[in-house]
Amino acid sequence: MLRVSGLQTFYGDMQALHGVTLEVREGEVVSIIGSNGAGKTTTLMTISGVLRPRRGQIEFDGRRIDSLKPAEIVEAGLGHVPEGRQLFPSMTLEENLTMGACTRRARAARTQTLERVYHLFPRLRERRHQVAGTLSGGEQQMVAIGRGLMSCPRLLMLDEPSLGLSPMLVTAIFDIIQEINRGGATILLVEQNVFRALKLSHRGYILENGQIVAEGSSQQLLRDPQVRTAYLGL
Amino acid sequence: MALYVQAIVNGFLVGGVYSLMALGLSLIFGVMRVINFAHGDMMVWGMYLSYWLFVTAGVDPYLSILVTGSAIFLLGAAVQKGLVNRILDAPHEMQILLMLGVALVLENLALMVWGPDPRRVSTTYALSTFWLGPIVFDLPKVATFGLALALALGLYLFLKKTDLGRMIRAASDNQIGALLVGTDILKVFTLAFGIGAACVGAAGSLMTPFLPFSPSTGLFFTITSFNIVIIGGMGSFLGAFVGGLLVGVSESLGAVILVPSLKEIVSFILLVLILLFRPQGLLGGSR
Repeated sequence: MLRVSGLQTFYGDMQALHGVTLEVREGEVVSIIGSNGAGKTTTLMTISGVLRPRRGQIEFDGRRIDSLKPAEIVEAGLGHVPEGRQLFPSMTLEENLTMGACTRRARAARTQTLERVYHLFPRLRERRHQVAGTLSGGEQQMVAIGRGLMSCPRLLMLDEPSLGLSPMLVTAIFDIIQEINRGGATILLVEQNVFRALKLSHRGYILENGQIVAEGSSQQLLRDPQVRTAYLGL
Repeated sequence: MALYVQAIVNGFLVGGVYSLMALGLSLIFGVMRVINFAHGDMMVWGMYLSYWLFVTAGVDPYLSILVTGSAIFLLGAAVQKGLVNRILDAPHEMQILLMLGVALVLENLALMVWGPDPRRVSTTYALSTFWLGPIVFDLPKVATFGLALALALGLYLFLKKTDLGRMIRAASDNQIGALLVGTDILKVFTLAFGIGAACVGAAGSLMTPFLPFSPSTGLFFTITSFNIVIIGGMGSFLGAFVGGLLVGVSESLGAVILVPSLKEIVSFILLVLILLFRPQGLLGGSR
């Protein structure tokens, strides 16, 4: 469904990605794991078209998307829940969600999708008129995921969705991600919570210094001695 | 005493159109983080357009805001699309130089076309007044205030209630977020600059019934708008609105307390005080 090959992205003269190659198949949950600064966020930002790759290809449903604008990529069915949530703090919760459905395809289904999001996160319905900047961290993360869903994505990329949340909320967020996947959306997950991410996903990629250094099924990676010492602290 | 009340009333009435002008600057700054140094000059072009329509076709300036608003909208959108969009990633000084350049071009174009002499739109009602108790109201100032208020309200409702308005607010709140949900950010920028410019263009037309103007009027209004936006709070809608009224009243009081040629001094004292004690502006949030 998503095929990334030889992706090289630069910040000015500094090279952040040194040829990232990965694949996500329809219906899968795939994790990208790596330490801080490994290039996980850069990879997602390049796939969404916010950053431009200098070399390499990105294919979505067999169609090149690496020269499209972010809006066209969202329209194609690729949603992104960014690191740090990137909400609109002065707008209400519901306005934030509504903004998630601003491409043509998503706008048509806006009312139903909004209902679906509120069904998934009942707490958001109660706070729909609250200004997003005043919500708690967990609620903001739910809004960010909800906003991502509002674009009716067939593939949803989530960047560190559990960052800064209490253990109870982390469990809730991972449950929701599983539910979204069962609902038919393919998931590409970037996480620092390596154990839980791999437990949830079918396959995983290990990213180090802008390169994929290992890949495999989640069980394989969880058994891999190097992964265990480097990322699981076992 | 009546003199001061009169000054406050006059200042308040003029302040309404100052608010509209500053709302335009605030919108442009809030969304693009670009300071429109050509703001006053865009306004002057609105004024000349109204003047021209009045002299050649007898169109009342209160009616010609439709034309001037649209024309200055196009001018603003063209500046954003053709110039500012090209240097979004350049350092901030570049935007300042660019906008100062646009201001120079607009001012000198006005000088070439209209000459340096002040013009005025002499309507039949220019000197009409009515009394409420001991206070005299200039009819054109009251009409201008009412229309400026209506346009500001219209802008508010547009930003609050429409999809396009929400996109503009979202882009102003968080650009990365706006990009990722799939807003066409360059289009939103073009639209936002156009609307900001339309505000100041219409504000210009609204002032022509009581204010003579020349090509050099622009600079004064650029500075006044900037002053208002800083007093009210950068990027705050309500701030620009309240700031406009406040600066209108303080200029008018300044003219009475001091001498008319020193009227701006009061609003600049206000600016200094705000910068000292509340640098985020009266209604500005912490950014």
